[in-house]
Amino acid sequence: MPKWFSPTAILCGLMFVVSPVLIARSPDESAMGMVYKIYYYHMPSAWMFLLAPLVCGVSSALFLARGRAEDDRRAWAAAELTVLFGALTLITGPLWARRAWGTWWVWDARLTSSLVGWMIGWAYLILRRYGGPGSDKLAAGVALFGAVNVPFIFISVNYWRTIHPPTTVVPRLPVSMGVPLWFCVTAFLLLFILLMTMRLRLEVARTRLDALYVALDE
Amino acid sequence: MTDRGDVRPPTTSFARTVWMVLRKDLTVELRSGEIAYTTLFFAVSCVLIFAFALVREGRAPEGGAAGILWIAILFAGTLALGRAFERERQAETLRALLLAPVPRPALYVGKFLGIVALLVATEVVLLPLVDLLFTARLFAHPFWLAGIVVACTIGLAAVGTLFAAMLVRARSRDMLLPVLLYPIVVPVIIAGVQGTAALLQPAFDPAVVRFWLLLLVTFDVVFVVLALWTFEAVMSD
Repeated sequence: MPKWFSPTAILCGLMFVVSPVLIARSPDESAMGMVYKIYYYHMPSAWMFLLAPLVCGVSSALFLARGRAEDDRRAWAAAELTVLFGALTLITGPLWARRAWGTWWVWDARLTSSLVGWMIGWAYLILRRYGGPGSDKLAAGVALFGAVNVPFIFISVNYWRTIHPPTTVVPRLPVSMGVPLWFCVTAFLLLFILLMTMRLRLEVARTRLDALYVALDE
Repeated sequence: MTDRGDVRPPTTSFARTVWMVLRKDLTVELRSGEIAYTTLFFAVSCVLIFAFALVREGRAPEGGAAGILWIAILFAGTLALGRAFERERQAETLRALLLAPVPRPALYVGKFLGIVALLVATEVVLLPLVDLLFTARLFAHPFWLAGIVVACTIGLAAVGTLFAAMLVRARSRDMLLPVLLYPIVVPVIIAGVQGTAALLQPAFDPAVVRFWLLLLVTFDVVFVVLALWTFEAVMSD
């Protein structure tokens, strides 16, 4: 593991321990009250859910253009993080929606496009697992379509009539709410980087092991 | 031409390659009718099953016709896409096409137009059938309907042709095609269903239909451009 990994992992762990305290001490939202606080974990995981397919798509485009294995490994790791952070987003969102909107789910543009993005992440992983030889390039093609969906998810709340809060909410937050939010965003970003690093290292080790098996057979 | 290294195979122009691939597919289909008849029969069966299940006392659920139409087209299209490339794989003709000194994107466009032609032919039969079975008045605004149908078919075929071609050499390709295709074309199908449903409203609002049509055209442009680039890169081996 790189030298920075352990200190960053400790820092990230501490941030996740401290974050509930900061969230508990932040003021309740006037209309929604306590339930609003799910937002402090929902929004950072949703941002990572948007970041992961972008990393996956860019890495896949580079892999298709240059054919380097490290681009493919990064794309694969990012696809797994898409599914992970997508699951967090799609669990925390309905928990909030049940109290705030009175329903677990609505088929509006933001929720539908997010679900589509999550399904594309799953499709990528299924293809990698069951596609057989050559599935790396095929999966790269899928990842490009996953990345194209990201801007659509982001802008959907601003162009469609929906009950989901628009993207303009974050810059207008008061300091008492903004500080815990950005603290959580940093914690989730560190978690994203750490998981990505661990997953890439695992894949490099697996490639080396395969090469050793081949060398042993020969 | 004295030096063998200078000899280059004759190249064929983009448009001519597209036309040759399209003509080949259409000729094979006109002679055998295999994909056209099976796709059509499957699509009609889908619509009939939905009609048996949903139509009560001559009345269909509100907005059901648009959804059923596009579900039938999507399912039948998946069948056609799989079979169109399975035929190329069995006869080893896809390898021959890829080895030919022609622009790769032209091969994609030729296959894509063939799939569009096949789906449009299926829709020509399906639309009156849905209109009849679900008393849907689909043809009240024929030009808008044609726009929505063609735009949605292009979006579906653009992604479908790419993934069907990509999966030709993959293991368990029959299972993987819908797994990859459906999440990506969901936005196109949603826009197609909403656009068609807007046409069926008693109070017809052209602005709503125009909005969904524009969205479909946007999806079409993005998907075709992305598919053209991806096809070249993915089919390079």
